[in-house]
Amino acid sequence: MQPILEIKNLQVGVDTGKSVQSVLDGVSLQLFPGKTLGVVGESGCGKSMTALATMGLLPDRFSVTGGSIILAGEDLLAAKPSRLRQLRGNALSMIFQEPMTALNPVLTVERQITEVIELHQKKSSAEAREIALEMLRAVQIPGPEERLIAYPHELSGGMRQRVMIAIALACRPKVIIADEPTTALDVTVQAQIFRLLRDLQMQTETAIMLITHDLGAVAEMADDVAVLYAGKCVESGTVEAILGAPAHPYTRGLMSCTPRLRLGAAANDPQAEGLGEIPGMVPPLGRFPKACRFAPRCALADARCHAEQPPLVDTAPGHSALCWKTSPEKAVA
Amino acid sequence: MPRLVKKLASAIGLLLAVVVLNFLLIQLAPGDPVSVIVGEMGGASEDLIAQMRAEYGLDKPVWLQLLIYIGKICTGDFGFSYYFKQPVLDLILQRLPATILLVITALITAVILGTLMGIFSARKPKGVLSHFVTIFSLVGYAAPVFWTGLMLLIVFASIFPIFPVSGMMNVRGNATWYGAVFDVLHHLVLPAVTLASIYVATYSRLSRASMLDVLGSDYIRTARAKGLSERRVVFGHALRNGLIPVVTMIGLQFGQLFAGAVLVETVFNWPGLGRLAYESILRRDYPTLLGILFFSAILVMVANILTDLAYGKIDPRIGGRRRKKARPAGARP
Ligand SMILES: Nc1ncnc2c1ncn2[C@@H]1O[C@H](COP(=O)(O)OP(=O)(O)OP(=O)(O)O)[C@@H](O)[C@H]1O
Ligand SMILES: [Mg+2]
Repeated sequence: MQPILEIKNLQVGVDTGKSVQSVLDGVSLQLFPGKTLGVVGESGCGKSMTALATMGLLPDRFSVTGGSIILAGEDLLAAKPSRLRQLRGNALSMIFQEPMTALNPVLTVERQITEVIELHQKKSSAEAREIALEMLRAVQIPGPEERLIAYPHELSGGMRQRVMIAIALACRPKVIIADEPTTALDVTVQAQIFRLLRDLQMQTETAIMLITHDLGAVAEMADDVAVLYAGKCVESGTVEAILGAPAHPYTRGLMSCTPRLRLGAAANDPQAEGLGEIPGMVPPLGRFPKACRFAPRCALADARCHAEQPPLVDTAPGHSALCWKTSPEKAVA
Repeated sequence: MPRLVKKLASAIGLLLAVVVLNFLLIQLAPGDPVSVIVGEMGGASEDLIAQMRAEYGLDKPVWLQLLIYIGKICTGDFGFSYYFKQPVLDLILQRLPATILLVITALITAVILGTLMGIFSARKPKGVLSHFVTIFSLVGYAAPVFWTGLMLLIVFASIFPIFPVSGMMNVRGNATWYGAVFDVLHHLVLPAVTLASIYVATYSRLSRASMLDVLGSDYIRTARAKGLSERRVVFGHALRNGLIPVVTMIGLQFGQLFAGAVLVETVFNWPGLGRLAYESILRRDYPTLLGILFFSAILVMVANILTDLAYGKIDPRIGGRRRKKARPAGARP
């Protein structure tokens, strides 16, 4: 199957005034129609930057310094700003982490939804209003007619996130990037939002990039997983492969922090018993180790890990890890 | 409605306090009107002075004078000007329109110009315009009003005689009504620009800071993620939020604007309340001065109530918004 969105070897740097520091170093991801890619990793590892780079919305001082982002055959990094605006909110949309602040406080829900419909689909305001109402029904907001004329402060966090989803889905995008869409919401609402996203995805064949800390959500939602660490993609593969047979020590560390998550063989792995934690922290920007970036925190690290860049090892078809310690033999076997 | 009633009640209480305080303050000031009149007459006998005191009620105890004054105000009688030999109310009503014209013109000029400068410099915080705004604000803020006024007079009325030096209308009068309107506007330019100059600085700095803040917020990122053009992001999403502190400032500054008007009217010989206040202070014309203070207090209060209403209009989170009834019959309750 052709990926709908393909990020290849993405490099992002931040200009600190003195020098340009690398934020993302060679991130590669693929999204397929109707599938969900889970992007996981600790705080500060570059998940949001990957999303914002794809949207063309990197903050000031951040810029893409290399790689390519191909959406349905079109290189977004080469596209003109006007073309990017045509795609944004239309073929490619994003749901942000903070529903409390992501909606404009002085505009009604109706305005914030219809705006994007009028802009991209050239609909009259009456038609746009109908579609907005339909969208609110689709995201299962109670009393959609009333909500339409409400202001954001009159809605709960969960409802606001539903409105955000309605906005993101209003133009039937090919790709939705959801950056921790449920982090700010309570657990029951989280489950509802995930179910909603999955239902809507089934109807529309949208590809979802689900950015999250929560491996439980990944197990439930994702078809494929990419694990980021310190601006690098350290492991990627199908959800069964990653959660069932994690190849990178970092992924195993992340999983040992989440109870009752291991699938298949890993569930019986006696070594991975109990709740673990990964010692140390993600190094700050510009202080990344030269060789393996995870080496200082890795229990398996030896001299070579501290001295040389690890290779990208295919451990199984479609499953690869950036590590000296994974054996490629498995793939051969 | 009860909100408005409450506001009105507190406004009346405040007015009463203004009257009492001003009355007592004037009693504390050295000099009394009779001695000024006598001075101008070139001296008078003790008998005559006592007779004049009795005539004006100045021989009575202060608290009685105050009570009499309050009682008269309630009937709309603001007393008789010692100096102008006219009822104070007539005097004030003659001068009020000129002041309102000046103050409102200056305010509108300052707000529009200042906000535009603020917006454009916030768009490019490191650009030439941004630095210009900062310097212009500092100069405008630091320069005394009368100095700005005199400089403008020297340049635009004396060296390049484009605008008239003083007054509000041509002494020879105007044949047609539009001639008169033009004449007044022509006279209005310099005083209004002078009065506006201080506030342009305030508003440009304020709206620059507020727009910078708003442009960095999450909902602006959402607006960009919708694919809106920069123009629509700034004017459709950011401006209304950025204006909230500006509106607050208008309410707070209205009183100062009157204080500025006293100076500007004096420099430009503008026949308004400000110059009347200046003259009545010089002449110890207490009834006139008290009347002016009373009316300025009313104007400031009206301005505050208007700002409050505008505030509720701009920011839906403030004040009781009337919910539109858009729900068709049969919708969920
Ligand atoms: N506005 C900013 N200015 C400077 N550095 C930033 C800024 N935003 C993020 N960073 C840095 O960029 C790196 C990547 O951050 P990013 O926001 O992508 O992390 P993340 O994986 O999304 O983390 P989280 O899970 O906390 O959202 C981090 O090292 C972070 O410190
Ligand atoms: Mg993030």
